[in-house]
Order: sequence, then structure tokens, then C-alpha cells
Amino acid sequence: MNGQKLRLYAWLAAANLRISAFAFGGGYVVIPLIRKNFVEKKKAFTEEELLNMAAIAQSSPGAIAINLAALAGRRTAGFPGAVIACMAAVIPPLLILTLISFFYQEFREMAAVAAVLEGMQAGVCALIVDVVWDMSRALFREKQPLFCFMMPIAFIASFFFNVNVALILVACAGTSLLVWWLQRKRRDKLCR
Amino acid sequence: MPVILQLFLSFFQVGLFSIGGGYATIPLIQQQVVQLHQWLSFQEFTDIITISQMTPGPLAVNTSTFVGLRIGGIAGALVATLGCVISGFCISLLLYWFFHRYQENQGIQRALQGLRAASIGLIASSACTILLIALCGTSQLAAVASFSVSAAVLVALSILALRKLKLPPVLVMLLCGGVGLLLHYLPVDFLRL
Repeated sequence: MNGQKLRLYAWLAAANLRISAFAFGGGYVVIPLIRKNFVEKKKAFTEEELLNMAAIAQSSPGAIAINLAALAGRRTAGFPGAVIACMAAVIPPLLILTLISFFYQEFREMAAVAAVLEGMQAGVCALIVDVVWDMSRALFREKQPLFCFMMPIAFIASFFFNVNVALILVACAGTSLLVWWLQRKRRDKLCR
Repeated sequence: MPVILQLFLSFFQVGLFSIGGGYATIPLIQQQVVQLHQWLSFQEFTDIITISQMTPGPLAVNTSTFVGLRIGGIAGALVATLGCVISGFCISLLLYWFFHRYQENQGIQRALQGLRAASIGLIASSACTILLIALCGTSQLAAVASFSVSAAVLVALSILALRKLKLPPVLVMLLCGGVGLLLHYLPVDFLRL
């Protein structure tokens, strides 16, 4: 193992520890943080690849934040990278919850802690609005009518009608496949 | 069956059957931890959800750590967390490999594009839920009864700081935490978040 690789692993571990320690409010908050660290600073992969990873992380079982960390690690430094990233992403919540579990009654009742966390919640909102804004703009710029319709429909189904997430994902992947197949069939007929 | 193994199997199931993450995992965890094994009382379980919302990290990982510690000490926490993470780790890497392997296959790439569009819609939906919690204090659209103007102003300012001033996300979070603390100790009641 050479020094360059070791440095990459160390960077990966540090980045994931930091990202995970600030991922208040669960899964999606890691997306802007990963983008900032991996896409903008390190230039380890492109925005488009991040979108693919986010979609895959979401379509797999388990916590999205952990899956995405593993994928970003895999893309940046191969399989060892995936293991390192995943472990680094799990450590902060593991430590914090261990600490809290010893005196969680006191923790819950501290007014100052609650005030700081409430403020941070506003920050989480801003982060996620920011990333949704950028992702939707990128999607609509591709000007593919099918996907421009699909995104708002997925949003409405999930937010207003509480449709099961797995169902939405399967339906959207299936519809895209079906539309592609129909288009190809029509094209073949025209060519003949 | 040794309790460590049971912890692993329980959280393995939680990890395996929770697609979409977040609040969708709550009933699954509840079923394993409260109903089936009675490792936690219902009150303790709701406490963990509250704590989970206040601390970083996925709900499933937080709960597995907490329950694992209770039942099997440090080893229990590690085993339970491993159980809930391992299936997502393997399956997402496998899917990634699959989509990469069939890069040239148009049909499969179309399916991935469909997943991507759906995923952005789902993230938008989760953004709205988080906004509801921060501004109106509830995660249900039907239960909205109040609106916090100061929280809305803080969110708007943070978005500006991110988009226009290009401040790093972690700094924005810390600033927001500071503002929350400041507003709490101000004598003006209506400014509270």
C-alpha cells in the first residue's frame, strides 16, 4: 500500500466522520454535504454521478445516509473505500447515542440543548431546500418530458398521499423502461 | 438463541425491509423492538425517536445503538448496528455495480433515469416534511395549526447564506444553532423559534 492511497483513505474517513456528525434530520441532509466535499472540493466524481448514487442509495434497503456514504467511498477509493466510508459514517451516531443513553433523561430536559437543536433544524431546512433546488434544475434542464413529469408526480404521491416509497421507485423505474421499450418498438416498425 | 445473535437478526430485518429510510422505518423497528422482543417500552421507544430527531445520524442506526447497549452492552450496540447497516451496504454496492456494468444498455439506463427522477421527487417531499416540522411544529400537513415567523426568517437567511454567500454547510448549521440559543435567552417571547 503506498502513501497516496493511505492519504486518500484518511481523507475519506475524515470527510465521512465530519459529514455524519452534522447530518441532523436524517438521510437527505448528507447529499449537500457529500456534494460540497466530494464533488466541489475533492472533485472525486461529477454532479451527475452523485444523482445516480443518490437514486441507488434510495432504492436499496437501509439508511440512505449510510448507503450513500458507502457508494461515494466505493467510487472514490474502491471497495476498501466503501468499507472505510461506511464505518466512518456509523461512528458519530454510535458514539453520540452511547453517550446520550447514559443520561438521556437529563439531556432531554436541557433547555439550552433544545434551543441550539431547534436553530440547527432551520439550517437543515435550508440545506435540503438548496439541494432540491439544484437537483430539480439539473433535471428540468435535461428537457426530457417523461422525467420532468415523473419528479413532481413522485413528490405529490409521497408528500400528499403518503404512497409507499418502494412502490413509487418501482413504478417510476418500470414506467421509464416501458416507455423506452414502446418507443423502440415504434422506431423499429418505422425503419422496416 | 444467544441474545447477541438475536439482536443482530432483529436489526438485520429492520435494515433489510426499510426501503426509503427515515420515518418509514419507525413501524418496522417498533414491531421488532417493542412488540416482538419487548426490549423497550413504548415510552422509551418514542423517547428514542425524539432523541433521534435531535441528534445526527439515521433513525435505524440510533435505535440499534440504543437498544444494543441496553441489551448487550458495547458489543450489543456494535452487533445491532452492523445488522442494520450490512444489507443496505451490500445491496447498494451490488446495484451500483449492476448499473455500471450495463452502462451501454439503454433500457437499464432509462430505468436508472426514472429512479433518479423519482428520487428527486422523494427528496423534495422529505424537504417539505422537514420544513413543516421546523416552521409549524408538526410533520402532518393536516395538523398544521401554527407558523413560526422567526424560524421562517432564519431558514430564508440560511438559504441566502448558502446560495449567495456560498458559506460552507457546516458553518451555516453552527450559525443557526447559535441563533437558536441567542433567541432562547432573549426576553422577547415572540422571537422564539
